[in-house]
Amino acid sequence: MVQTREPITGKLCLVSGPMIGASGMLGVSMGEMLRVGTLGLIGEVIRINGDTVYAQVFEDTGGMMLGEPVTSLGYPLSVELGPGLLGGVFDGIQRPLEVLRAMSGDFIARGLTAPALDREKKWGFTPTVTVGQKVVGGDVLGTVQETRAFMHRVLVPPNVSGVIKSVVSAGEYTVEQPVVVLEDGSELAMMQRWPVKRPRPVVRKLPATEPFVTGQRVLDCIFPVALGGSAVVPGGFGTGKTVVEQTLSKYCNADIIVYVGCGERGNEMADVLDEFPALTDPKTGDSLMNRTILVVNTSNMPVAAREASVYSGITLAEYYRDQGFSVAIMADSSSRWAEALREISSRLEEMPGEEGYPTYLSARIAEFYERTGRAEVLGTVAEGEEPRQGSMTLVAAVSPAGGDFSEPVTQTSLRVAGGFWGLDAALAYRRHYPAINWKVSYTLYLETLKPWFRDNAPKGWLENRQRAMDLLQRDAEMQEIVQLVGPDALQDGERLILETGKMVREVFLQQNAFSDNDAFSSLEKTGGLLETLLEFYDLSKNAIENGVTLNRLMGLPVREDIARLRNESNANFADKRATVCARMRADVAAAATKKG
Amino acid sequence: MTGNNQTPAEAPLRAEYWDLTYISGPLVFLKNGGRFPSGAILELTMANGEVRQGQVLEASTSHAVVQVLQGTQGVDVKGASVSLKQDVATIGVSTALLGRRFNGTGVPIDGLPPAVVDKEMNINGAPMNPVARDKPNDFIETGVTAIDEFNTLVRGQKLPIFFGSGLPANEVANLIVQQARTRDASEQFVVVFGAMGITEREANYFMTAFDEGGQGGRVVAFINKANDPAIERVFTPRCALTVAEYLAYEMDYQVLVILTDMTSYCEALRQVSSAREEIPGRRGYPGYMYTDLSTIYERAGRIRGRKGSVTQMPMLTMPDDDITHPIPDLTGYITEGQIVLSRSLHRQGVFPPVDIIPCLSRLMNNGIGEGRTRGDHRQVANQLYSAYAQGLDIRKLMTIIGEDALSDMDKKFLKFAIQFERELIGQGWTRRTIDESLDASWKLLSLLPRAELTRIDTKYVDLYYKAGEETAAAPVS
Ligand SMILES: Nc1ncnc2c1ncn2[C@@H]1O[C@H](COP(=O)(O)OP(=O)(O)OP(=O)(O)O)[C@@H](O)[C@H]1O
Ligand SMILES: [Mg+2]
Repeated sequence: MVQTREPITGKLCLVSGPMIGASGMLGVSMGEMLRVGTLGLIGEVIRINGDTVYAQVFEDTGGMMLGEPVTSLGYPLSVELGPGLLGGVFDGIQRPLEVLRAMSGDFIARGLTAPALDREKKWGFTPTVTVGQKVVGGDVLGTVQETRAFMHRVLVPPNVSGVIKSVVSAGEYTVEQPVVVLEDGSELAMMQRWPVKRPRPVVRKLPATEPFVTGQRVLDCIFPVALGGSAVVPGGFGTGKTVVEQTLSKYCNADIIVYVGCGERGNEMADVLDEFPALTDPKTGDSLMNRTILVVNTSNMPVAAREASVYSGITLAEYYRDQGFSVAIMADSSSRWAEALREISSRLEEMPGEEGYPTYLSARIAEFYERTGRAEVLGTVAEGEEPRQGSMTLVAAVSPAGGDFSEPVTQTSLRVAGGFWGLDAALAYRRHYPAINWKVSYTLYLETLKPWFRDNAPKGWLENRQRAMDLLQRDAEMQEIVQLVGPDALQDGERLILETGKMVREVFLQQNAFSDNDAFSSLEKTGGLLETLLEFYDLSKNAIENGVTLNRLMGLPVREDIARLRNESNANFADKRATVCARMRADVAAAATKKG
Repeated sequence: MTGNNQTPAEAPLRAEYWDLTYISGPLVFLKNGGRFPSGAILELTMANGEVRQGQVLEASTSHAVVQVLQGTQGVDVKGASVSLKQDVATIGVSTALLGRRFNGTGVPIDGLPPAVVDKEMNINGAPMNPVARDKPNDFIETGVTAIDEFNTLVRGQKLPIFFGSGLPANEVANLIVQQARTRDASEQFVVVFGAMGITEREANYFMTAFDEGGQGGRVVAFINKANDPAIERVFTPRCALTVAEYLAYEMDYQVLVILTDMTSYCEALRQVSSAREEIPGRRGYPGYMYTDLSTIYERAGRIRGRKGSVTQMPMLTMPDDDITHPIPDLTGYITEGQIVLSRSLHRQGVFPPVDIIPCLSRLMNNGIGEGRTRGDHRQVANQLYSAYAQGLDIRKLMTIIGEDALSDMDKKFLKFAIQFERELIGQGWTRRTIDESLDASWKLLSLLPRAELTRIDTKYVDLYYKAGEETAAAPVS
């Protein structure tokens, strides 16, 4: 929980962009929240020198005069946790943006405060504990139907335990009303607070064994990441990071999505807010917005709050993990967070590391990634019951300067993430979307996921994956030869590799995120499509060995049917595939009898 | 920053301070940081009576850092005094600004008296609440095929033009200003023009072009010329955008903001940063340039429940034709796509010389399709794009293996690519409606066999495709 101390008030003695200094603040500790100046802007202590503290301010500091009062609040930057988060849109320090709009209109004024959770709203609370019961951190005190599909579990905060003295009866309560009183007199309500920079504890981390299914063929089949894993998505501007983040938010198999728009565009958020409420959650059939929490700190919003936004986001995610859900965090873009660190660090005149980033950049990034994972969460395990589990999967976009992956944020993230989905400007220019470069991308989860794929994915999944990789590799080699000497130097068998390589790239790897039928590809469709392409390759190879020319095979009209197969909906796919495959076999066989 | 238009007689007596201690580049340092609010606009009065403007960048008990808009040439620490002019930088706004020309900080340069203003607004604006934003989705027809068909501009978008020096970027911008129309002709469409560090010749080109095209009355221009004080450039786009926001969100106009040249703006930013001895980022540009640029570019958009919109077309020179240079790079990371001009197309005499391969409009899908442009728009654009890319590959291959070694199909694509550049992109100064652009596209597609058009639904192919003579003759296996 959040510790508090009596406030301390001092005087403003420095204003430099997003950083301020205040003197007369002896007793204030690192990370404490401040209210700065007569406007009461919110800040966070980041350096202490004697009685002077330096703080980053989460709002624009223009117009402040030295000598204005600065008050410490006695507690660190924290978020409110409880029912009412799902479907919400918050800024980097968890102020609800709809409420801010009601307070200050279409543009955000300074010095506004508003609680993240509605204090008036009453929630239907059903207790699951009884008087005299001993509870520990993570135990479920009761449930609340948070959205149509989500049963929110009200938890005992991690570091609290005791014996229940009284508990309310089922009924409607606000988030602040105590629902349980412990013997020691402490009152527990539906809402708790947690400091964002401190990870919420778990019993232990568990190995990740199930895939994070995204409906994207190149991800699910070629570079799968585990539920509880993490993936870095670096790419130059316009290569498709945001489309990946948004598409995954729509279709992935996590229960809850925390989408952190960190220093990116306002219009993209307008897009999400326009689109998500109308889409359906693939798991529950309810509105997609009801499984989503948006933390939005667009690029033109104060830079320090950008830094806070990723922490706010991950803490909200941890809270739902602790309830036993699988949560996916989309961070777009983690580079903007790193840049915010750099900006503040340079104001502090810290000695810069690589490319001006502070030397603690890699430590911060590593700590952040470490908060993800699959875990056995806190709480008493009843006899004969399995411990509750939850997971947090992170997909972090990285925006490298000049699209060059050798820069520090990409490199540091790669050291700690298990999946690397590298986006390539050359592919994006060719409108090969998603522009994931299969030559450089990788996943470290394949081995641990193999058993799952063997048991649950369409037959031949792993073998076909390997064959596709080999084919793409040879395709790349052949292309190099063609670049040097032209296509005439190749035999028909080699040119077949080029032709099928192209089909794998264009039909299988490419996937239009805006296509009605193909934005989400089920595992069955993904497996079936690849199987079809590989079968075409095998049949053709065989035919060529029997003297059929490549030109004849490439002229077969069934090729167009294969190309259009991916536009079939997931539901119709199997039938259509059967028809196309039958035709393919017949046509290739017919070509073989004609020869030449 | 027209300031409060008070005459000296009615202005309250202002305290003056002889506080200067140190001068570096465009900055002066004051002894006492406690006198003025951060961000305040000061007046710096020199010994000879000349008055300049400055802005407080940093204040601490030991000093204040002030950037002087007109530079520090001739300023000395003993003779100059400072006094507070305004707590924040503001600009006076009203519809009377339409048709007017100002310098980079809002002083009239058209020989007319200051415009009557409705109110003063803070030039830094405030961040738009993301939940207040309305999704940009109305097609703006620029009449330029390379934009309308392939990189559609929609209202509320920020779409920059990247170009190498010497390319006809101004002409392209002018073409767009002259020709742009929104679907609903009754809407009031105005232009706010912010120029940073442009030459006299360029300034004249634009002003004459606007007047001759009859646009003069609907243009507000803020012009900081190459020989004007460089630091003023930091203010110019903010003045322009404040006026644009006023016209859009309070007066219901559809506003197109042209900002040129953002490269000069960034250089001014770099100059201030280096004078402050900040740790430089890539190529000496400050580490906060992304944040700074976003406070300009993000001021495009639409607001729920309001009629007007701010659409931005920033223009910038890519130093060395390098799109990975920090200025185009950071811009691309903020804007919603980019239009890129090509030197090689320009050499071939193609106008507008738009290289569609690196171009992108991220909001295109919101503005096109049935009911907006035409049902076949997206697919035709995709098909042409991919056929052109293929044609370019073949052109490259040809330089290795020679034209004779190309297959018949290769030759078709090659011919297609050449005509695509010459005819479709190189439309010259003729305006095309989106229908005319699409019709011209189908004509070009007739160079290719029908079987190649896999990116277009058969229903559209049946409707629009007419095989060309050569392709019709070729048997389909
Ligand atoms: N899977 C996809 N299907 C179709 N189009 C795509 C896909 N991925 C990307 N695009 C196209 O690429 C454009 C740019 O993508 P996106 O906005 O995701 O880039 P980004 O990497 O987030 O860029 P930035 O770093 O500037 O934010 C999209 O607007 C869309 O037109
Ligand atoms: Mg993006």
